[in-house]
Amino acid sequence: MAAHAGVSYVPVLIPLSARNVTLRFGATTALADVSVDAPAGAAVAIVGESGAGKTTLLRCFNRMVQPDGGEVRVGDVDVRTQDPIALRRRLGYAQQNGGLLPHWTAAQNVGLVLRAMGRPDPAAVADALSLVGLPVETFGSRYPRELSGGQRQRVALARALAAKPDAILLDEPFGALDAITRAELGDAFARVRRQLAVTTLFVTHDLGEAARLADTIVVMRAGRVEQHGTIAQLRDAPATPYVRELVARALAQVESLGGPAR
Amino acid sequence: MILRLLLQLALAAPVARAPRPVVVASKPFAESYLLTEMFAQLLESRGISVERRPGLGATEILFGALRTNAIDVYPEYTGTGLVAILHDTASRQNTFDHVSRRFMALYGIRWLPPLGFENTYAIAVRRETAARYRLATLTDLARASPQLSAGFTADFVGRPDGLAGLSRTYGMRFRAVHPLSPALKYQALASGAVDVVDGYSTDGLLARYDLVTLVDDKGFFPPYDAAAIVSRRLATERPDAIAALTLLSGRLDVTRMRALNRRVEVDHEDVATVARDALGDILGSASIMRGNVSERRAVPYARIAALAARHLWLVALALSAAILVALPLGLVLERARAVAEPVIGALGVLQTIPSIALLAFMIPLFGVGVVPALVALWLYALYPIARATYTGVRDADPEAVEAAEALGVTPAQRLMWVRLPLAAPVIMSGVRTSAVITVGAATLAAFIGAGGLGEPIVEGLALADTRLILSGAIPAAMLALLVDGVLVLVERRLRPRHLRNSRGQSR
Repeated sequence: MAAHAGVSYVPVLIPLSARNVTLRFGATTALADVSVDAPAGAAVAIVGESGAGKTTLLRCFNRMVQPDGGEVRVGDVDVRTQDPIALRRRLGYAQQNGGLLPHWTAAQNVGLVLRAMGRPDPAAVADALSLVGLPVETFGSRYPRELSGGQRQRVALARALAAKPDAILLDEPFGALDAITRAELGDAFARVRRQLAVTTLFVTHDLGEAARLADTIVVMRAGRVEQHGTIAQLRDAPATPYVRELVARALAQVESLGGPAR
Repeated sequence: MILRLLLQLALAAPVARAPRPVVVASKPFAESYLLTEMFAQLLESRGISVERRPGLGATEILFGALRTNAIDVYPEYTGTGLVAILHDTASRQNTFDHVSRRFMALYGIRWLPPLGFENTYAIAVRRETAARYRLATLTDLARASPQLSAGFTADFVGRPDGLAGLSRTYGMRFRAVHPLSPALKYQALASGAVDVVDGYSTDGLLARYDLVTLVDDKGFFPPYDAAAIVSRRLATERPDAIAALTLLSGRLDVTRMRALNRRVEVDHEDVATVARDALGDILGSASIMRGNVSERRAVPYARIAALAARHLWLVALALSAAILVALPLGLVLERARAVAEPVIGALGVLQTIPSIALLAFMIPLFGVGVVPALVALWLYALYPIARATYTGVRDADPEAVEAAEALGVTPAQRLMWVRLPLAAPVIMSGVRTSAVITVGAATLAAFIGAGGLGEPIVEGLALADTRLILSGAIPAAMLALLVDGVLVLVERRLRPRHLRNSRGQSR
């Protein structure tokens, strides 16, 4: 894995923030007065059950969703004043199941954003692929269906990084994978984070994963933020019974495996 | 109209813009073919260039085309003009004078002096039927009608001087009435499938099948004197053509006409040869190039090849125009899904219009020839392509499309890089469907004079000649297979690479 040792870029570190964001879909409230801060260079996990509003909140940052009220800022600038296309190109994005273009090779997929910006860059593509542990010589010419689920997710992550974004948004990037692949991918992600301290906002339903990979954790439930803090704060000073129970359940899971309790 | 302009541009090459030739047309039966060919050869012998539209259509279509100067001359019968066009069932005296005056006053269409023979409706039965029921007149037929089934041409069933008036005048009530194509009715009668048919008194086939024609004892049918009728354009602009055509007036008596029809219908001689012989006999051989020894009609391979090329050309033009319109339309509809189903549904309704009917609608709008045929074929080809494009693009891998959007790929890039390539196999299947439909529908283009492999089919139907029909139908079927085969190859080229062959590693 020495191949990706020297590979990286120095991202412009920008903060992401949401202030009192609300959004309704008809009668249902998707987001209720949500505020979240991701300081420049930090990794923030959004944790919650399905339907909690995690993905919706994430998509407010790249303007895939327009909130009804409140303010979303990327790099201290209101996203409503930013061109959506340019904004999205500054924000890397990966989703559950990858969303790779099935008719493009891994290398073509990773080069998508660069090509869209009119400056294709094979070297940057190779760098991004090696960053996620997929040497371009071996994997670059493969189509998504010729890759395993974990490899596809790595390609999606490389695609999010290839255009050297100022921040990345990851929507359940390790979802729908078996536990071992998930752990491997988590390691790969941690490695990327060590090399690139790029501001990261990622959605997961797994508190353990959030604890391993994020600096701070936002717990969401039914469109509201229950608590935002480090895993230590969540454990030692849960703001609500829901957070207390969430932490307890995650701990019980670890203990049932006979592993050391924290 | 932009569409029409485009079509004319597309057609600019093959359709010469020189002084317009005289367009001669006929109804789809042998005598009409023969008279029209005689008109054509006569005009050509006087150095007048001619465009032939044999078997163009029934009375309504030909008359409509003549009124709009889309054609210039065709053989018509006074009784038909009186009843089917003037809707006059009362006048019986001096029919020719009456009809020609009314036509000039109402439509500016001129009847040239009659050719000299009458071709009235002849209600015919088998000789044994006539004997069994003792039939000599139509009154006799009316008495026996509840025991008999009739096979009448659609033309006869539909027109007021046909079945409706006949039934009213004589009180006929047939056990059954089957609409039959003119080409099949004598065979149907001879084989006993029907007992009564409508024929023409000059039909050559009456003699061949040993049929008895019944006397119109109440004088129901008006006189059907044959004459050339000419468009306003020809009458005012081409006195030379009028003078040439008038040479035939009074020169064709019933005996001669029946003999000529017999050569075409019974002996299957070539229409052009028979026409040439007839003109030679009437006007003297000096004025007309004599043909060689007359032969049985056959379609030489060279002509089939030319017709197939023409057919392919029609299909290619109509299909390309349909792709140019339906593909963007499908894309637009995908952006405006609220109206997508109604619009595509409306295109689908077009598919349900019988081709012949659609072609008939085209005549008042575009006249006859290539343009109306192309418009009709184009209309048929739209639906499968628009439908396939719409569904193909709509359903193209939504996750991939959305991920691309979230990564800042513009709508145009998403379309060109993601949605169209992924929809390509579906779109191509729509194009293939359209292509095969168009090859088939293009055989009907011959009905409005656009040529193609339908030409021998139309001619064969009119002349009851199976060999002629097959000489168009078989190449048309082969062409459909060929076109589909070529498009399969195109489809393979367009198939997204990841679907072409799986290397199946790392699964």
